[in-house]
Amino acid sequence: MTDRRHILLLLAPALIVLGGLFLTGLGLTLLRSFRYFPALGLTQPDLAAYAAILTTPGFLKSLALSLWIAATSTLIAAALALGAALVLRQTFPGRAFVSFLVQLNLTIPHIVGAIGILYLFSQSGSFARLAYAAGLISGPQDFPALTQDPFAIGIILLYVWKELPFITLILLANLQTLGEDHEAVARSLGASRWQTFRHVLLPMLMPGLASASGLVFAFAFGAYEVPLVLGAYSPKALPVLAWQAWTDTDLATRPEAMAMAVVIALIGLLLLALVARTLNRGERDAR
Amino acid sequence: MHADRLRLLAAFALALWMILPTIPLVVWSVARGWRYPDLLPQGWSLKAWSFALSGKSGVLESLALTTGIASAVTVLAALIGVPAGRALGLYRFRGKGLVTLFLLAPAVLPGIAIAFGLHGVFLRLGLAGTVTGVMLAHLIPVLPYMTLVMAAVFSRFDPDIEAQARLLGATPWQTFRCVTLPAILPGLMTAALFAFLVSWSQYVLTLAIGGGRVQTLPLVLFSFAGAGRNDITAAIALLYILPGLAVLILTARQVTGRGAALSGGLRQWPR
Repeated sequence: MTDRRHILLLLAPALIVLGGLFLTGLGLTLLRSFRYFPALGLTQPDLAAYAAILTTPGFLKSLALSLWIAATSTLIAAALALGAALVLRQTFPGRAFVSFLVQLNLTIPHIVGAIGILYLFSQSGSFARLAYAAGLISGPQDFPALTQDPFAIGIILLYVWKELPFITLILLANLQTLGEDHEAVARSLGASRWQTFRHVLLPMLMPGLASASGLVFAFAFGAYEVPLVLGAYSPKALPVLAWQAWTDTDLATRPEAMAMAVVIALIGLLLLALVARTLNRGERDAR
Repeated sequence: MHADRLRLLAAFALALWMILPTIPLVVWSVARGWRYPDLLPQGWSLKAWSFALSGKSGVLESLALTTGIASAVTVLAALIGVPAGRALGLYRFRGKGLVTLFLLAPAVLPGIAIAFGLHGVFLRLGLAGTVTGVMLAHLIPVLPYMTLVMAAVFSRFDPDIEAQARLLGATPWQTFRCVTLPAILPGLMTAALFAFLVSWSQYVLTLAIGGGRVQTLPLVLFSFAGAGRNDITAAIALLYILPGLAVLILTARQVTGRGAALSGGLRQWPR
């Protein structure tokens, strides 16, 4: 009994502060999305804002774009991270330096990386200049649009750059905990390198890989500043569209902004549930 | 032999990809005129740096503000997160999974989903557009990291040594000060540095809650980027990386060293 009170006391400040900030913030977003806004004379909650965004082609295009960005970035980053973790796990000359760079990247804010990607891949950027010097193009317009482009290639490049180290370091930590015994046993029983990877190592790495990928997906889906720097004018990524509706001088679009924020939150919650499930399963397997 | 060479090549490609986006930033920050299609600037100059570091640009002011906010948020998060981490790390109790999930959720949910509603709440409380409001908003993504890292730290902590100290006549404060704190300090330092970085990197929460009146470094960075001043933007962008670099060097032993610190700490690396 005293133990329970003790635990509750320890948890109380965090629960109150996070609950107070996070739940009221999310709660008011939800309330406003139902067009409950007494200051504007809206006292009858309804679903008009949701109906409005679902029937505007802009919203659906933005939703599709954001899902495309998140899915593609996550897949590429996860696949490359798996390779990177397997490489960095072995010893080779210069490993400490490469690991240092991988860790350093983790600390660089997304905005800085986004500006770097812009200076590299824009039509007057470093690669366009190299292509010109090599005689491949005769002007900026000949260089393929890789930033502020309709396929969001620049945004995806940024996330692959930024999230690859994140997933890699989680996988490396997992690999270190697992050790090499399982693989050694598989090899001694006659499994090939590929079979050992496919049937022994990969299944053991899967919970870590899945949860890290879930976090990456949620971030790439909901981040605002990256598509702001690297995104095209149209279609806009969903967070950019929501922000635009929120800051519109026409206050009538506010509930629509809130409804878009709710959609973003729902997809985030869905991923949180998936991450929690894979982590739980991983813990149960470990026991 | 062949596999070795392939591995070196892959490692080299990885290293190159990691530093690639910072290369144009470094060159731009010391460039004097760098027009398309020149591969290199016409000349070199430190003008962007001296402007960024002069009083006129507002960068130094913003640097101080951003550092102040991140430090205050870190201290607040430690005061709140260490007890919560202790509860999660030391005890098994009913609903622990749910509590963990609730404390993790704010770090996973996109800031923009919370920011709109929170702005409405803060507007009513007079916190919108204030530094205090921005600090409170930063607690949302920061506190989960602090709590979860401290939970990992406390899960390796033996509470029996506290009981022994009490048995020998130490007061609760003495026990904390001389027994608990030294034991958790390395983990707490790591958690604090991560917390600092998470606050340091915030953009959308600062913009939404601060309403442009709280000009942290990323906001200043954006206004120079929007004005097309690539040289100054690059210099500020590089300044913005420095604390992360410092944190990495400070925690290098924990991060590259073997042992439990790695698997526990890395999971919670800031995003």
